[in-house]
Amino acid sequence: MDALLLQLLNGLDKGGAYALIALGLTLVFGTLGVVNFAHGALFMMGAFCAVVFDRLLNVETVTIDETQTTPWGTPMEIREPYIQSLLGDFGAFLVDYSVPISIILAIPIMLIIGVIMERGLIRHFYSRPHADQILVTFGLAIVLQEIIKHFFGANPIPQAAPDVVNGSADIGAMLGLDGIIAYPWWRLIYFVFSLLCIAAVFAFLQFTTYGMVVRAGMRDRETVGLLGIDIEKRFTVVFGIAAVVAGLAGVMYTPILPPDYHMGMDFLVLSFVVVVVGGMGSLGGAVLAGFLLGILQSFASMTEVKSIFPGIDQIIIYLVAVLILLTLPRGLMGRRGVMED
Amino acid sequence: MSKLTLSRRRLLKAGAATGVALGAPLHFVKGAYAQDKMSCNMPTGSEVVLGFNVPQSGPYADEGADELRAYQMAVDILNGDSDADAISAFSGAGNLKGNGILGKKVTYVTGDTQTKSDAARASAQKMIEDGGAIMITGGSSSGVAIAVQSLCQERGVIFMAALTHSNDTTGKDKKRYGFRHFFNAYMSGEALGSVLAEEYGKERTAYHLTADYTWGWTQEESIKNATEKQGWQTAQAVRTPLGAGDFSQYITPVLNSGADVLVLNHYGKDMVNSLTQAVQFGLREKQVNGKDFQVVVPLFSELMAQGAGSAIKGILGTANWDWKLNNAGTKAFTQAFGKKYGQPPSQAAQTAFAQTILYADACERAGTFYAPEVIAALEGYEHDGLGNGPTLYRAEDHQCFKDVLVVQGKDDPKDKFDLLEIRKIVPRDEVTYDPSIFGGDLGPADAKQC
Amino acid sequence: MFGNLSRNDWLLIAGFTVLVLAAPIWLAPLGAGYPAIMEKFCIFAIFAIGFNILFGLTGYLSFGHAAFLGVGSYAGVWMFKLFSMNVVLSTVFALICAGLFALIIGYISLRRSGIYFSILTLAFAQMMYNVAYSVLTPITNGETGLQLELSDPRYLDNALGASQSIGLPRTSFFGIDISGGGMPGFYFCAVILIICFYLSIRIFRSPFGMMLRAIKSNQTRMKYTGFNPKPYLLAAFVISGLYAGLAGALMVATDPLAGAERMQWTASGEVVLMTILGGVGTLVGPVIGATLIKYFENIFSAFNENILNATFDFLPEGLRHFAVEFSALFVGEGWFLTLGLVFMIVVIFLPGGIMEGIARIRALFSKKKTQDDAAEGSVVAAE
Repeated sequence: MDALLLQLLNGLDKGGAYALIALGLTLVFGTLGVVNFAHGALFMMGAFCAVVFDRLLNVETVTIDETQTTPWGTPMEIREPYIQSLLGDFGAFLVDYSVPISIILAIPIMLIIGVIMERGLIRHFYSRPHADQILVTFGLAIVLQEIIKHFFGANPIPQAAPDVVNGSADIGAMLGLDGIIAYPWWRLIYFVFSLLCIAAVFAFLQFTTYGMVVRAGMRDRETVGLLGIDIEKRFTVVFGIAAVVAGLAGVMYTPILPPDYHMGMDFLVLSFVVVVVGGMGSLGGAVLAGFLLGILQSFASMTEVKSIFPGIDQIIIYLVAVLILLTLPRGLMGRRGVMED
Repeated sequence: MSKLTLSRRRLLKAGAATGVALGAPLHFVKGAYAQDKMSCNMPTGSEVVLGFNVPQSGPYADEGADELRAYQMAVDILNGDSDADAISAFSGAGNLKGNGILGKKVTYVTGDTQTKSDAARASAQKMIEDGGAIMITGGSSSGVAIAVQSLCQERGVIFMAALTHSNDTTGKDKKRYGFRHFFNAYMSGEALGSVLAEEYGKERTAYHLTADYTWGWTQEESIKNATEKQGWQTAQAVRTPLGAGDFSQYITPVLNSGADVLVLNHYGKDMVNSLTQAVQFGLREKQVNGKDFQVVVPLFSELMAQGAGSAIKGILGTANWDWKLNNAGTKAFTQAFGKKYGQPPSQAAQTAFAQTILYADACERAGTFYAPEVIAALEGYEHDGLGNGPTLYRAEDHQCFKDVLVVQGKDDPKDKFDLLEIRKIVPRDEVTYDPSIFGGDLGPADAKQC
Repeated sequence: MFGNLSRNDWLLIAGFTVLVLAAPIWLAPLGAGYPAIMEKFCIFAIFAIGFNILFGLTGYLSFGHAAFLGVGSYAGVWMFKLFSMNVVLSTVFALICAGLFALIIGYISLRRSGIYFSILTLAFAQMMYNVAYSVLTPITNGETGLQLELSDPRYLDNALGASQSIGLPRTSFFGIDISGGGMPGFYFCAVILIICFYLSIRIFRSPFGMMLRAIKSNQTRMKYTGFNPKPYLLAAFVISGLYAGLAGALMVATDPLAGAERMQWTASGEVVLMTILGGVGTLVGPVIGATLIKYFENIFSAFNENILNATFDFLPEGLRHFAVEFSALFVGEGWFLTLGLVFMIVVIFLPGGIMEGIARIRALFSKKKTQDDAAEGSVVAAE
């Protein structure tokens, strides 16, 4: 029983992460009608915002001591952490909380990246066939990831969560089951964080006039344009928001998954499946699909299930995608006419 | 509608004939010089070409880059472009005179394996057909090594495998033209088994998470056998998909399984992720059956330790070699490498370097590049001084037998090259096994023309 | 089913044939005149031509075509292992298997259109890849890949008393070695490529091809006129699946090893990129796209500092150092970056892929001499 409870919890947690990672993708699909294969790259760039911030904090002064040599025969380099010694206790605090603090850094950076991408590239592809969009965004994704590889190498770069939230929370204790249901603090934080992000994006589109106009533009770009509204500008903002959400998903994911240059590609297929199962362009659908896939994946990984269906955990996500698309033509909550041609 | 007078059939025929006539010379010329004792790509000029087939893109690109550094260093030493300090302790150093191999200058071609069998084979084919490589070396995974090894067997080119840890490379899939210096999963199990029992006691229950492909399975089996021999029990062995990214759904059941040791049969990114997440789940602070919960990672590398960060602290595993080893060969190699590149070599670099030197040495001892005789020179070759202590290239399966290191993640590393400490050097005798246990057939050593 | 070909089409086929068969000559100066790479060019060209029949004509974007290539490969190797090293047998069996898989997957996936169709095909392919890599290892040999072994039964060869070679036998076409790195392997692939190219022109020009294009332009209208587009779509899907299976069969014929990686989504994505890069819906485009991507993958990645230093030998020291450093970003381990840049540049400036660039260049010339372009105009007309 507690095994099932744990897997349910785990599935919810996974689902939150999946929904957050896919959120920007479905936003761009729904509003701009663009198939963005560079979405994974944005997720990865976000994660590397955390890496860059961490690197900045750990800038060291290097003095070369010719009198001593390293065991591998080069002159000894004495490294002094610069920022930390400069700032004292505050420096230590910054280092400890580098991942959450780098959110502050990531928001403007990702916004700028998103706006530049939209203005410089994506905008010119609104009216082009989806095939062209795929090729150009895939090309961009490769370029971005190779640039990151050039500077940071191919090896994963670990990012630690703050010390207070290292380790796991004894959730079972709250339910009177001491020590049975433990779950890492950081994953719980990530879960809450993803709910907040999703709610914020949802509220923005649903409850602000700005969002209302964007939604109107989704339905009928031409008419909105005729009303004298600069819909292009709003689309730029939407793309910027999508980039920020993808980036934040990446930043917060770093303590769970040490980032490397390829992580964007690794999550690309998954996020596409989540978005399509949810229904193209539907925010609610993406969230629902994220939770559904997360929970089913968790249950499929249980040994009891695997002993009946060997290898089911390898294919469950795709199996669910096939079954849902065959029963519900537009995914869980897809609208008619979006991306069907 | 066709107004063409030429019939289609004639057209095709004519086209094919022209093509054959034009293309034929390119193909047959090479064979025309074939004479006795010629094997594939034997050098006829003043240069001999080696093929360095390493991952340059994909997850193991950093390992590949370090391998290339080592190859470059080996080539410089063989050609006499740099001093031979790095091999000063090598028992066969006298054979290598710094004038290339057998007086022929060493040049090389490189290629990207992408850590994919198809890409690695395509790259190796280019080296053989276009580059004229007489020997191919490199690799970063067992799938790639086995795929390239079988290609080399087919073409009659010697393959000196670098990073490959599966038992199959020199077991089930061993080949006459393939040689492995790196250790394997079986040796990891044997070396780790006794140390685990010493460290954690004989009353332990292990839970395995295993990458669901051939290397993972051989690793799991080897560790299971070795630990069960020590009296351990195995609670469960769960297979995880390659590249799962998030392993949480596999880690949660461990918490209440009653096991008190988690064995992660993962490599590369999988290992970095699963270890990071396992530690995050608080496994290492747990108490089960009155004992501290432990995590074990049977195969380690420095780069993986860097990727896992602080999660690696205190974790036991095995390694083929480490630059901190205290022997003359290691010191000489580490110093030379450090002077050249400003950092100590990884175990990938060391095995790549050793393989190149061993090949050159075998050619010198055989007095020829003729593949069957070079193979004979490598088979059963006992040597020392390349950093691993006394080492035997066993003739029966082309596996090197040497000491295996049990390493542990350091609690207080000085820098990013100081993440592992050597806990024990398990002597070669304890990890040697009977070659027949894995089956396989080396196949013939006949020379091939290409 | 097959339409008539115009004089221009015949000229195109003739030109294509000459170019393909003379490849060893004109590719050699480009560093790609060795059999293995030329075989890859042919094989991936076949793959892309077949993919283009589905995507180019109907607009249905499959993201799982590599699965059929994988099925063809496994089927081919099993034929070598069980019966005979003759490539005819393995190719036929590969076509049957790939065709069957394409029929089933196509039948299910074609119930949806647009991106939903794409994701369905992707899902099937990924399931096949994941299962082949792990659970189905007894059939596929998983990570290591399915390969020939000395102990293989090869019932047919043995029954016919084929001469026992030392070591593993090579695949052969009635006595001519196909694997093993010789030129016959290339010519075998080249001839099949030319046949495939010819068939693809026939399909493009046929009423069937017209029907597919009509589906692409307006499926609803077709339905209203009483046509059921489904059988046509399924036929196109199976044909392109057969092309993929054939490509897989040739891969193992020239190099008998079948690995699961060639079914991964990146492999399916690769053929999509090849087709778009060359020019969707054009006859020659996919061939160019396939050749270009394989060229980058194999030739650019093999450049190292030694070669660069030799290339820029004519420059003075300082300048040479800079040139080597700069170009090293784009070759060797940087080849992937170059590929990404090429994708972007081509699609930004040439919406119709490389074929559009060729058409534009031709248009420039035809302004000067209007008559001359008739010869190859059909390429663009195929769009």
